[in-house]
Amino acid sequence: MAAGLPTIKSRKLTVIHNIPISKIEKFWRGLKEGKVYATKCKKCGAIHFPPAADCSKCYSSDMEWIELSNEAELETFTHVMVRPATFQHYEPYTVAIGRLKEGVKVLAWLTGAKLSEIKVGMKVKLVAKVTPEGEPTYEFQPI
Amino acid sequence: MRRVAVIGVGNSKFGNRQDVNVAELVFESVKPAMEDAGVSPKDIEYVALGSAGAGAWYEEPLPAVLAAEYCGLTGAGVVRCEAACATSSAAVSIIYSAIASGQIDIGIAIGVEKMREVDTPTAVEFIGRAGCYLWEFHNFGLTFPAYYALHASAHMAKYGTTEEDLALVAVKNHKYGALNPVAHFQKEITVDEALSSYPIAWPLKLYDCCPISDGSAAVILASEEKVKELKIDTPVWIKGIGFSSDTVNLSKRDSYVGLKATVLASKRAYKMAGIGPEDVEVATVHDCFTIAEIMAYEDLGFCKKGEGPKLLREGQTEIGGKIPVNIDGGLKAKGHPIGATGCSMIYELTKQLREEAEKRERQVPLKNYIALAHNIGGTGHYCYVTILGR
Repeated sequence: MAAGLPTIKSRKLTVIHNIPISKIEKFWRGLKEGKVYATKCKKCGAIHFPPAADCSKCYSSDMEWIELSNEAELETFTHVMVRPATFQHYEPYTVAIGRLKEGVKVLAWLTGAKLSEIKVGMKVKLVAKVTPEGEPTYEFQPI
Repeated sequence: MRRVAVIGVGNSKFGNRQDVNVAELVFESVKPAMEDAGVSPKDIEYVALGSAGAGAWYEEPLPAVLAAEYCGLTGAGVVRCEAACATSSAAVSIIYSAIASGQIDIGIAIGVEKMREVDTPTAVEFIGRAGCYLWEFHNFGLTFPAYYALHASAHMAKYGTTEEDLALVAVKNHKYGALNPVAHFQKEITVDEALSSYPIAWPLKLYDCCPISDGSAAVILASEEKVKELKIDTPVWIKGIGFSSDTVNLSKRDSYVGLKATVLASKRAYKMAGIGPEDVEVATVHDCFTIAEIMAYEDLGFCKKGEGPKLLREGQTEIGGKIPVNIDGGLKAKGHPIGATGCSMIYELTKQLREEAEKRERQVPLKNYIALAHNIGGTGHYCYVTILGR
């Protein structure tokens, strides 16, 4: 079934979604201030990361914001070579999952470490930052 | 609950199918399924079509009505369902339930995906977004290989699984894909070729990953009364269906060395069928990436946790071994047109249970005629386990 057979092109459509963040705006503001926040349910005490406005454990919507500690232990990682269309302009990047002392886990890029030096179980720090393009984000860095 | 049987199956050629549009591709599996069952479109009361990327990697957002019209099924009940890569196992489950409950007597589950109408980075983008867009893709660009690479890393760190173990899955599945006339890749590979292939997401390399494929598969199901009425020679009965799910965010999972959804779904399916993993004689498991097959051995109970690589190295998952797995080439070599995979697994196992596998070298010797299809959606986000028997 070789390629190169006749086709017609669909009409071009550019799609950008406006994703509401009003209920968790403090999280995105916090990143710009160098802080990574989670939400904590005032009723049952469950900590939610990614931050959630509503508690999936007890269905309360009475939440408070807590600042996460920045020390994490690496649970797993990968190094992404083949990148999606909207990430083509980045160099290959490392994605890791780290466990914080609060018990929640965070998935983020791990920067500033050679692939050969990264090990499951290593200690890393969680850092809030703003990308060169002005987008708030967070990442792990070696200690 | 009434008993429900598979009475007809069809599978298009999987591959880069620029020669057909989505409706034509569906026709390639529906026609043989109808002929196989000895029924016509007017006999079909309900159509469940699974397609995960409708409107994304191909142009039609409502493929179920389109496929129904093209295959002369207009007027039957129609639904499109989505369970990511387990989409058409969900379609089989929907039709199963409608028949078992007595609502209908004959229905068809169809799976289709047309993934090659967009370029590769765009396809990688759409599949990557299909985890949690907001928290895993937006800032971090996680790809589908990367999701499974996170599991491979964890499995290697905990159990000493090696990149060569992963390569052995690819070599085995390519060996059987080479014998399967519907497979995307019909060529054998070596361990060295797999190990030296291009890195995609460490530790996964090109030959650890299923291809981006087009394809369709169809399964016609009927009630026991209809099986008798139609004088079906070798009905293949649905003995059990188990389903489960896990969190969309990988960060909310307990561990990364297995898929909890597989453990839960298979327990439910074994219970419904009244069997255990030791009774299964042939299985198709979700090997979208090589590590996924190793985790499936363990999570389905074919071996203990952490012993998947040993089962593989001993050749126990090849024909002649304890539990032959992915003797159709698996997603790895047969291809993984996402929405078509579930029905394609049922296609293969139906052929196996009827002892009609093509080519003959792929036929698994059977005693009790019990087969299991394990279909994951996403990275263990969904799981459907279907147990079939004669």
